[in-house]
Amino acid sequence: MAKQLIFLFVLLITLGVFAWTMSRIFSFFNLTKSAFPVRNIGKRINITLKVAIGQSKILRWPFTGLLHALVFWGFMVITFGSFEMVIDGLAGTERVLGTFGIVYDIIIGSGDVFAAIVLIAILVFLARRLFLSIGRFKGEEIKTISKIDANIALTMILLLMVSLLGMNIGYVALHGNNQIGVYPVSQWLAGYITSGMTIYGANIFHEVNWWAHILLIFIFANILPYSKHFHVFTSIPNVFLSRLEPLGYLPNMGNVMNEVKLMMNPEAANVEAPPISRFGVKDVEDTSWKNYADALACTECGRCTAVCPAAITGKKLSPRKIFVDLRARMKEKGPGLIKNGIDYSDNKSLIRDYISEEELWACTTCNACAQECPININHPTLILDMRRYLVMEEAAAPAGLNMMFTNIENNGAPWQRGPEERLEWTESLNA
Amino acid sequence: MTHTIKVPIMADLSQQGTKPEYLYWVGCAGAFDDRYQKVARAFVKILHHLGVSYAILGKEETCNGDPARRAGNEMLFHMQAAQVVQLLTRYEVKKMITTCPHCFNIFLNEYPDVGWRGEVIHHSQFLQQMIDEGKLKVPKDMFNNQKVVFHDPCYLGRGNNIYDAPRQVIDALETDRVEMPRNKSFALCCGAGGAQMFKEAEPGSKEVYAERTEEALATNAGIIATACPFCMTMLTDGIKYKNKEEEVKNLDIAEMIASSLGL
Ligand code: SF4
Ligand code: SF4
Repeated sequence: MAKQLIFLFVLLITLGVFAWTMSRIFSFFNLTKSAFPVRNIGKRINITLKVAIGQSKILRWPFTGLLHALVFWGFMVITFGSFEMVIDGLAGTERVLGTFGIVYDIIIGSGDVFAAIVLIAILVFLARRLFLSIGRFKGEEIKTISKIDANIALTMILLLMVSLLGMNIGYVALHGNNQIGVYPVSQWLAGYITSGMTIYGANIFHEVNWWAHILLIFIFANILPYSKHFHVFTSIPNVFLSRLEPLGYLPNMGNVMNEVKLMMNPEAANVEAPPISRFGVKDVEDTSWKNYADALACTECGRCTAVCPAAITGKKLSPRKIFVDLRARMKEKGPGLIKNGIDYSDNKSLIRDYISEEELWACTTCNACAQECPININHPTLILDMRRYLVMEEAAAPAGLNMMFTNIENNGAPWQRGPEERLEWTESLNA
Repeated sequence: MTHTIKVPIMADLSQQGTKPEYLYWVGCAGAFDDRYQKVARAFVKILHHLGVSYAILGKEETCNGDPARRAGNEMLFHMQAAQVVQLLTRYEVKKMITTCPHCFNIFLNEYPDVGWRGEVIHHSQFLQQMIDEGKLKVPKDMFNNQKVVFHDPCYLGRGNNIYDAPRQVIDALETDRVEMPRNKSFALCCGAGGAQMFKEAEPGSKEVYAERTEEALATNAGIIATACPFCMTMLTDGIKYKNKEEEVKNLDIAEMIASSLGL
């Protein structure tokens, strides 16, 4: 009974802290603008199954992709056991879901095997981060704190797996032949680890690992929202909320279209359209809920930057940085905006204080980043929205582009060539 | 037997009370870029060879606003788009062919938002379709198993998932087609998209086109095939920059088809 009460107490604290953090993070969504209506649920479920559950995009990089996929699938199976632990903890039962018989055996058995696989994968990940110099783990936006963050999260997962196996080993040692569920790896390990133990010793061994495992889960869940590993929660919803248009598509600015129509024909336009506070994106309050969701989901894996032609050729642009910056800026300005209203200013902005013009103008909109992102983050659209701000609010385009604008305005072509020359290429055409 | 080709103009046809099946949207590069003019010429030669019913807008064509939009000038884009939609509506255009993936993308994906929706076909798709249907028969001896490497334009490939059509067009000719390490959805941009074509590159350690050209040259292909005016400019520059103009040619797939037909 005492154990149950302690468990309930710890669980309530965990959930309370988690809810508080979530409400804070999610309150920032109120500051954002609309993006697109979430329709086509069938298509979205398909994408989620393929990209999130099937890990199709992460597997584009076969080696690390497979390791990550194994960790992800392992987590899905292992989570079942974690739920059972919560029920056991509250009800004072042991392996309560064992009533599901063969289904339980399969899930718990594969969870036991996955624990070992995840453990090995995490060791590889840690070794890559600690001992190898891998380009995509570096960059201006990857501060020391981000590296520590990554290593802490990996270490926690490592400990989670060790304690899970420990718990299973203890369970096998205690229950011998009448155990509930199957434990292929732990059974084997128990032969080495708990063979000489007394029942009393095995009991303590089990109990310690049981508590260590569940407490680690509780702590981990509450560290995650402050870490890049928040993607454990956010990536699946983010994939579900993917933009569905082809990557080449750029969203229309209806208000600008309306303004142009009004200019050309005052009667034709829909005069009711709401006035717009600012063209494009200058700061967090101009971004859409999707931009912010992307920023929360980004795991800083750097796949986007690794394939970016601008980044590859040494330019300042890093698509990953765009979302790391957006998340940091929201954390900085969000509370002030909530407290003082949407007109609040701290004399800083996402553009310039975080993201330079030079970065924004280096993008070729090639979509390599969006193609590669394992959780379907769309970088070019946000970059374009910031260009829209620079051009339409500040007329701050590079000289070459201003020239191109003038040419289009004056003669309907980006070059200094007029309509009367448009047929030149058709002259003396023989076949 | 050579004969002069007269490219049909929409306004003329409309005056005669006829309507072509396709509008060929030449694009600013096809009309004005010295190199891409040749591609436009090659392509209309193929259209005539096939007897396709088509016309161009000629002097009425104007920029569809894509470079302005990609550079952030949504206002200018909408001013151009309004004119273009008016033209397309006036001539009741239902099917359009483009030789530029940027024009293709904006008409296909973005013009529905501004008031025109129709069938939009990139010339790689068009040629592939004609080959598939058996209408376009190409002699196979022209390229004699020459090594060809295809560079994917971003707005055709990743932008719209068209990877096979241009490859199938090349494969209709007897070539030894090879791939760069970064191909299809992994392809590296030529560096010109997103209005980069019209501005200086930001400072860096290298030009994007140089990086891509090196990759293409490393395949030892004698022909770098493209299907986009901007890619063509960048890779042609890259070949010059690497002093490989003698050994390596940069051709559009339409030019390859046209020359195999002796057009
Ligand atoms: S945006 Fe996507 S690809 Fe880039 S670092 Fe974040 S999660 Fe990785
Ligand atoms: S779209 Fe822009 S940011 Fe993304 S990879 Fe291409 S150049 Fe880099």
